Parts: sequence; C-alpha cells; structure tokens
Amino acid sequence: MDFRVASTRRLSSGGSDAHSRLSFYLTAPTLEVSLEEFEQYALDRLRVLKGLEEALSRGRRSEELEALVIDLWRKYMRTSNGSDLNKDIISHFVLRLVYCRSDELRKWFLSMESSLFRNRFHSEAPDDQKRFLEDNELPYKAISTSDFESIKDKLVQVARSLNQPSPNADSTFYKVPFEEVPELVAGRKVYIHKGQAYVPSTQLTFLVAGQFRSKLSKALVLTYRKWMSVISEEESDRLAPIVEALSSRYLGPDYSQGKIKSEVALQDMDDLAKTSFPLCMRHLFFKLREEHHLKHGGRQQLGLFLKGVGLKLEDALAFWRSEFGQKMGVERFDKEYAYNIRHNYGKEGKRTDYTPFSCNKIILSTPGVGDHHGCPYRHFSEENLRAALGSMHLGVRIVDEILEKVRNRHYQVACSLTFEATHGSQTIGINHPNQYFEQSRKILQPKVPQELANDNTETTTAS
Amino acid sequence: MESSIRDRCPYKIDIGAVYNVDPAKRTAYASSGSEKVFAPVERELVFDVDMTDYDDIRFCCTGADICLKCWPLMTIAIKVLDTALREDFGFEHILWVYSGRRGVHCWVCDVKARRLTNEQRAAVAEYFRVYKGNENNTKKVSLGGSAMHPSLLRAYVEVLRPFFEDQILSNQGLLQFEERYGKLLDMIQDDGIVAQAQDRWQSSRRSSETDVSVARWKQLKNLLESGKHKGSGLRRCVEEIIFSYTYPRVDFEVSKHMNHLLKAPFCVHPKTGRICVPIDAEECDRFDPTAVPTVADLIEELNKGEASLSNVAQNQKERDISKTSLMKSIELFRTQFLNPLLKSCKADVENSYTEKLHNTQTKLDW
Repeated sequence: MDFRVASTRRLSSGGSDAHSRLSFYLTAPTLEVSLEEFEQYALDRLRVLKGLEEALSRGRRSEELEALVIDLWRKYMRTSNGSDLNKDIISHFVLRLVYCRSDELRKWFLSMESSLFRNRFHSEAPDDQKRFLEDNELPYKAISTSDFESIKDKLVQVARSLNQPSPNADSTFYKVPFEEVPELVAGRKVYIHKGQAYVPSTQLTFLVAGQFRSKLSKALVLTYRKWMSVISEEESDRLAPIVEALSSRYLGPDYSQGKIKSEVALQDMDDLAKTSFPLCMRHLFFKLREEHHLKHGGRQQLGLFLKGVGLKLEDALAFWRSEFGQKMGVERFDKEYAYNIRHNYGKEGKRTDYTPFSCNKIILSTPGVGDHHGCPYRHFSEENLRAALGSMHLGVRIVDEILEKVRNRHYQVACSLTFEATHGSQTIGINHPNQYFEQSRKILQPKVPQELANDNTETTTAS
Repeated sequence: MESSIRDRCPYKIDIGAVYNVDPAKRTAYASSGSEKVFAPVERELVFDVDMTDYDDIRFCCTGADICLKCWPLMTIAIKVLDTALREDFGFEHILWVYSGRRGVHCWVCDVKARRLTNEQRAAVAEYFRVYKGNENNTKKVSLGGSAMHPSLLRAYVEVLRPFFEDQILSNQGLLQFEERYGKLLDMIQDDGIVAQAQDRWQSSRRSSETDVSVARWKQLKNLLESGKHKGSGLRRCVEEIIFSYTYPRVDFEVSKHMNHLLKAPFCVHPKTGRICVPIDAEECDRFDPTAVPTVADLIEELNKGEASLSNVAQNQKERDISKTSLMKSIELFRTQFLNPLLKSCKADVENSYTEKLHNTQTKLDW
C-alpha cells in the first residue's frame, strides 16, 4: 500500500460512467492524498459506518437500512469536484489501516463494511449490478437456455414453495457452488444439484456480498501483518498517530462551554439531576450529595459535565464547596480542591478549556474501589443496574429490554432506551452525556426565551 | 499408529478435526499477540441421528431401547440423507456407521466437505431441518407454499410415504389408541374433520386388529382430500403429518462445529458392547441392529472359530479377522468407502502438485 503525501493532484477518474460505482477494494490506488484529506475522508466514512451500526443495533429492517445508507452516503461521502469514487476508495483503505489492528476491530469493520456494501449493491439498478459483475470478473455463470429448460420444473417448484412468482424464459439464473450461498441453502430457498446452487438474479446481492466479505476478511489480516511488520515503523511520525486516534475518536459536538447558550442555576440542580441527567451523572451527583465527597475520576466526569451543561465557574465552586465543605471544612476545600475546578474551566495552568467526556471515553474508563464514575451500563452489576433503573421508575419490561442490550454490550443503546422510557419519546443515539441532557431539556422545557432560541439556530441560519 | 493404539489400548476413540498447530502445543498460541490462532483446518462433515429424538412418535420402545419396529426410522434417515448428500450436494465419499446403541452416524469425507466452514456446515444441517418446535406447539412441520422443495418432494415420494404407509403405521399402531391418534389429530387444523374422525374411531371396536391403523389412515386421507377446498391450512396436511412421523431428525450441534468429537467407526459402544459397524446405504433396509456383533461375541469367535482360507496371501491379522463376523463389515468398509476415498485423495495430491509445478513454470516466463 502506498500513501504518498504531496500536493493535492488527483488522478482523473476518466469515463466514470463506464464503470460501476462500487468496488471490491482489491488493490490500494496509487493516488496522492494530502494528510488532511487522509484524515477527513476517513472520518466521513466512519460517520457513515457508525450511523449504520446504530441502525443495525436498533434492529432496523432492510428497506429502512437501505434508505438510511443512501442518505448517509449522500450526506458524508459526496465531494465538490466529482471525485466521489476516489473518496470512497481512499477512505476505505485508510479505515482498513485503522481497523486491522486487533481481532475486535477487524470484526467490527468487516461487519459494517459488508453491511454497507450489501445495502449499496442492493440499491443499484440491475444493469449497474451486471456491470459490477463484469468489471470484477466474478465466477457466477449465467446458465444457458438449454440448461434452464432441463431444470425448469425444479426451479418452478422452488419458487412455488416460497410463494414467489415462477421463473420464465426471461429470468437469469446463475450456477454457483453451494458453499457460496449458505443462507439460501439453509432456508431451502434455492435448487441445488451436485453441489451447485441455481440462484436467480434477484438473489445476486447475497452472492456478491459474500464475495466482498470473504475478500475483505483476508485482506484485513494481510493489512495487519503488513502494518505490524513494516508500516507502523516507517510511519510512526506521520500516519500512525492519525490511525491510532481514529479508532476511538468521538464524532459528535464536543459541548465545550462556548457552544452552550443556556444557563443553569444552582438551585435547579437537584431537579435537573432527577429528570435530565443520564444515569452516569445522576449516580455521581447523588453520591456526592450523599457522601459529600467524590474521588478524582468522579470529580472530573461530573465536573466537566456540569460545565458543559452551563454551570458557571463561580456557581461550580459554590456547589462543590457546599458539598465537600460538609465533610472536610471549607478551608481545606479551598486549599486542595478549588484549584482543580478552576483548572477544569481553563483558568489555571496552561489554560486549556477541557471538554466534557464523551460516552466513549466514559465507557473505556476503569473505576476502582471507591469510585463512582464510569458508565453504569458497563460498570454496574446487573443487580445494581436493575435497582438504579428501578429508582427511575422504569417498568420491569423496559428494564429487561435495557439489560438485554447491556448483555450484548450495547451500552449506549441501553442509555438511549432509558432516555426514551423516561421521556416518552424517541431519541437518536446517545454518544455524549451532554447530548442526553440537551435532548432532555428540549423535550421537558420546549419554550425557550427568544434570544436563546435565536442563538441555538445561529449555525443553521448563518450560511 | 497401529502399534501405539495397541500399546495404549484405548477404551474408545473419538475423532475430531485437523488443526493448524499440534493440539498439544495449542496453549503457546493462545495469546492474542501472535498471528496464528489455534484453529481447525479440516474435518469431515458429520451427522448424528439419534432415536431418542423420535421419542414423541414411537410407541414400541422408550429411551435407549430400540427394536425392529422403530429401526425403520433410522433406515429412512439413511436413505433420505444419503440421497440428498449425493444428489443435491454432490458428495461421494459417505460412510454410514451404526452408533452402537440407538442411532447412526454419517461421515462425509470428500475434500470439499472437509473444508467447509462452521457456517456452511450449519447451512447444510439446516437444509435438513423440517421438524421445528418443542412440546409447546402441536404442529411442528409447516410446509408452506403451493409446492414442495424438490429435495423434500423426492424424499416424500421415494421414501417417506411408502415407509409410512407400509411400515410405520402398523409397526407403531399410530392410530390404534386414542392417546396415539389424538397426537396425530392435533396436527389437523380443521375442527370439523377432527371431530368426524374421533367419532368414527371412538365408537369402533376394531382396535385389536393390527391393520386398524392402515384402514383409519385411509379414512382420514379421504376426509382431508374432500376438505382441501376449504383453505390452505389443509392443503399440505397429509404431507405434513407424514413428514412429522418420518423425516430425519439430525442433531444440529454435532454437524455445525468442526471441533465436535464423534466416535470412530469400529469402536465398541461402552454401554452395549456392540461394535460400531458400517452400514451399507444401498442395503440399509436389511440392516439389523439387534444382530450386530458384540465384543464378547468377537472374543468367542476368535477363540473358537476357523479362519477362512479363501485369500491366499493372508497374514495372521487377516486370518483372525476372517474368523469373526466382523469380516463382512471390514470388507464393506474397505471396498465401498476406504479404497475409493484413498484413490480420490491421491488424485487430489497429484493434481495440486502438477498445478503447483505448472504455476512455477509459468512464472518463470517473462
């Protein structure tokens, strides 16, 4: 694989209509890409894949998925200068570097890319699909008319057994080794004879998607080996940091203080905690009230969250002082803890305005003994989680559903379900505790003062 | 290997997969840092049909017992699966083995079969799954659509229907008593027909005659025929009933995983002492599980018996074998299965060698 950094000279994709828009990504292109494009293209594709993941884990059906994929693709993968195909290929290969590095990453990438390909392929017109088969020289042989006649009655039987329309002289069938179409064989949805399955062209997606998957699977392992042996050394200053950061990158708004226009008053805190905080912050908040203390991890997680919610520095100091003070006295608090709070708001030291933690970061943290931070959906035992959800007045059935998601490690989906159950309305995926809070406020407090409403829409009206 | 088996004198031999790494050294590759993961590379495609999976439809025996009245269910399984594996999937090297007590094992040894992934094995096993459900639903076979899949149709016409009507009905007295025919009637979704059948049979005094099941089945078929126009629920009813009582029931988990261990042919079954002999699929109608030699029988034969002198170049081992009733089984194993398989493996090795040779030769051209 060859990534050369240079000026952004692009190879013309010449006669792009003559070839299919889809690709098996068999070989890396020898295009030249700037480092910015390298990263940006990858990020855009990642947004598509994450969007798809979200939809899949919510059990969306195939028609919805297809429409979603087309939407996502249009939203993120279009380029201003007609080099869509280049962006597609480049972004895929960059993400291959990112996601080849462990078994879990490979599995995720394989699964998402296969699903993406399947949906894109399925939505192509039949002629485009045929063109793709030709371009890629796939070994699916259409059967001749004489072959068709000799097995026609069997094909008709299969169609009728599935309550599908019977094939006629116009339908194309492909002869394919049965190993290539396990799902069709398993469901007895296809006629097989001497190890060959006779697959109608409508089932073509299965075939091609299967090929895609197996090619990508092998390629990923090879990429990993090459990365470990050659590339990561050579590229340790240039590509490696980008690649390593991409796999855990959070992709949404970062809720640093500048963007949030709403303010939060100290006396409203308890109410807000009860109604609008996600479970992780609820837990921290009430533990703080209970024990008048939180360890470092908890202070960071909750403190930055509150900053993102709109708590001003003076109010934050007052809040933490009133709690900690009850246990250790105000002087000690001012001496040992106040500095850190000011530091979080960017008023001390190197003056970095720290951003509140995203779900990703919180889920990956490792709370120890005496800690209360982390993601409850991940870090609580089932019993404790049940109790916590129960205290939010959630019914048994919804709690079971949430726990099911937790068992399958879909922590953020579990949090979304909690949101939906407590607010009685749908939400898009939760990726950040402040996003939870914002969504919640939108629902529970729909009437915003005029200035604030204008401020919130400034990004869309200003073009 | 023969000498090491003799030395260890194993109680039983189970066969699993061929792995990419010596299994004794597998822990060395367990850490995720290494590229190589201990994984199976090849393994025969296997099926396990066990009589206990049919307990809800046989009334002559229960549990681990078998007799000649229920054994036809195994015969059916062999015929249906063997034909499908050969005709539909194109496999050739298939060995059927008596499991020693109450079932049969099937070993498919073609190269293609050995290299199937777990997913593909699951697909093949699922292809044979017709009976779905548990004791909670009464109708466990659902043949939707206006026609049957060709594989099922072939099985029905060639095997299931003849066996059901000629043997199973009377062997099992399926319609003889109320508990039994009640089960069958539960599969019919037309209350009117069910009621009619029940009335006729409850009041009949013929329950002691052995062909009462056959006669009653004829009556039921007529009723169902005449009711067909009423709706699709009855359209496939006759077929669905027959499938429920006959179609092979394969153990899904055994077939699906490459790492599942299965007892080797010619082992002694620990509970019955019977030898796991191969079954000739062409002659499986005549296989009698109750006449399979036990290890005790063999010992007796070895001690007393007379070697057959028909084969001139015999060593001691062959002479011993010929003294026993196992000889026919071993002959069968060799001629029908082992020799063709060896030939095909040799051909494969030669082919891949010549291919490799050809590739290196072509690479040298520039």
